[in-house]
Amino acid sequence: MTALTAAPPELLMRATNLNAAYSADGTRDVPAVDAVSLEVPRGQILGLAGESGCGKSTLGNTLAMIANPPLYVLSGTLEIAGLTIDLSTLDKGADARHRPHRGQIVSMLPQGAMNSISPTLRIRDLVCDVVRAHDRSKSRSDALDLARDRLTMLGMPVRVLDQYAHQLSGGMRQRMVTVISTLLNPQLLIADEPTSALDVSSQKALIEMLIHMVDEKIMGGAIFITHDLPVLSMVTDQLAIMYAGRIVETGPTAELVHSARHPYTSALLAAVLDPTRETRTKTVEGIPGSPPNLANPPTGCRFHPRCPFAMEVCARQDPPLVGEGIHSASCWWAKDHPHETVPLQGVSL
Amino acid sequence: MTSTAHQPWAGATTVQPVLSAKGVTKQFSVAGGHFTAVDDVTVDFHQGKVLAVVGESGSGKSTLARMLLRLLPVTSGQIIYEGRDVTHIRGTELRKYWQDVQAVFQDPFASFNQFFTVGHMFKRSLRLAGQGVDTDELIARCLGYVGLKPDEALPKYPHQMSGGQRQRVMVARALMMNPKVLLADEATSMLDASLRVSVLNVLQDLRRDLGLTVLFITHDIGQACYLADEVIVMEHGLVVERGETDKVIFEPQHEYTKRLLSDVPDLKGSLKHRV
Repeated sequence: MTALTAAPPELLMRATNLNAAYSADGTRDVPAVDAVSLEVPRGQILGLAGESGCGKSTLGNTLAMIANPPLYVLSGTLEIAGLTIDLSTLDKGADARHRPHRGQIVSMLPQGAMNSISPTLRIRDLVCDVVRAHDRSKSRSDALDLARDRLTMLGMPVRVLDQYAHQLSGGMRQRMVTVISTLLNPQLLIADEPTSALDVSSQKALIEMLIHMVDEKIMGGAIFITHDLPVLSMVTDQLAIMYAGRIVETGPTAELVHSARHPYTSALLAAVLDPTRETRTKTVEGIPGSPPNLANPPTGCRFHPRCPFAMEVCARQDPPLVGEGIHSASCWWAKDHPHETVPLQGVSL
Repeated sequence: MTSTAHQPWAGATTVQPVLSAKGVTKQFSVAGGHFTAVDDVTVDFHQGKVLAVVGESGSGKSTLARMLLRLLPVTSGQIIYEGRDVTHIRGTELRKYWQDVQAVFQDPFASFNQFFTVGHMFKRSLRLAGQGVDTDELIARCLGYVGLKPDEALPKYPHQMSGGQRQRVMVARALMMNPKVLLADEATSMLDASLRVSVLNVLQDLRRDLGLTVLFITHDIGQACYLADEVIVMEHGLVVERGETDKVIFEPQHEYTKRLLSDVPDLKGSLKHRV
């Protein structure tokens, strides 16, 4: 076993050159995901963070193969489970061929999924629907057996299956939709803001369950989308920070949290409010300005109008990818200051 | 936007509280009996202080706020505003109370009429309040408090603004009534971290500049820690711990408070034990 640890982890998913745009009025495209490439190693959880409107959810929907008009995938390939899927052709007739992949290969847990349980049906009815939608040969009792085993394995009460949504707390509803969305053992689970509507105790229960699921190999890996960096640092192995449709920094979670190389990452970290004595006395300023309009993004580095380290070159040219190994940032400042961490004070002026 | 560091809290004041709840209880009828959402809660709000109510979902935080706002009748107990019992006032008296005690709610996406511009909504709010003042000047001043410019904000429809802008517009709308008390019920929960601090700083500034009393309801102890002078911890409708922020957060006495604190995700920590 020890000899194997040096080998790079097996890759679960690779997405290359994703471009997706919203069609605003039929003629104008608003690019929401711009030349994004991502990799998820098997057995790991990748965190995707960024401000509201930076394209996190759009990227999630694109990867989950559920892009619907007005969202169009312009290009991008997804390599997963031995398949190579051209995401841009999904909506052009090839749809039926890829239907089984949704839920079985890539499963999506959309934002606010906990509110999508029908109020008039028991949880077990939803379980049967999901399982039988993919495999008609399975009977109701097969589906329920599967769900019971899964709940027992995760240490959750089986009686939940016989209850209605309103009888469950928000945290339990969210855990149930997570369990149901992974009943088919997907290769990849994409969870979009699963913890945002929950209080801290339910958040913790959910992220512990997600880690448990990956450890038990219920799913091959996961992408966890949220703007909540403390939650991400608890649950993820790697982080990707997104700004205005582009990935600005990627790296192992612990390294990125401690030594950010992109000023935007650093600004996000500075805005975190921990219950510490330091928080009592410090004054935190948000990032000045607002995220750019993606219909007309700034030239060069898209963060330069809000960046305290912006130089003349930042407005002119796209920033270079700087970094070694898996920790890399797209930034001119990082290029001029190799191996330096962005000073936190510098961005929270 | 400017903001100063926290002032150390000047200890318990002996002056009369602006707003208080005395032994307030709320029971909801459920199949086969009653469910007590808020159980005999007594709490005082002092002029110019920020009081945070923390607790998990279902602990009765929002029910307490809705009773204080007189949006929900109390089962028993009293609500005292400036020395007067306002628990059962009606009509014009209640409208006056609603001018003095304003609220900002959690979801900045649900609290707007999608068909109205910000300016239109503000004018309607003022008409309801029946004020005869210079409305344009008032609107401009209130938008200024939250760092928005009238000529930019007023012609906009809700969908043309970001979540943070909407929530700041909501704060501005509440301020137009010139309230004495502002109840913020999870007002920053749906915002991302950067916008969250900007709204918290707005509340901080208003408290300092206008002497506004703020009731800040949240499940996020980090935010309470940043903003509040006093913290109340609620569990299952009961107040289990109360006191100055430093005491409650750094020297918690009650088991529940300790558990809440231990559940807060830590930026520098990780639940992952695998390499």
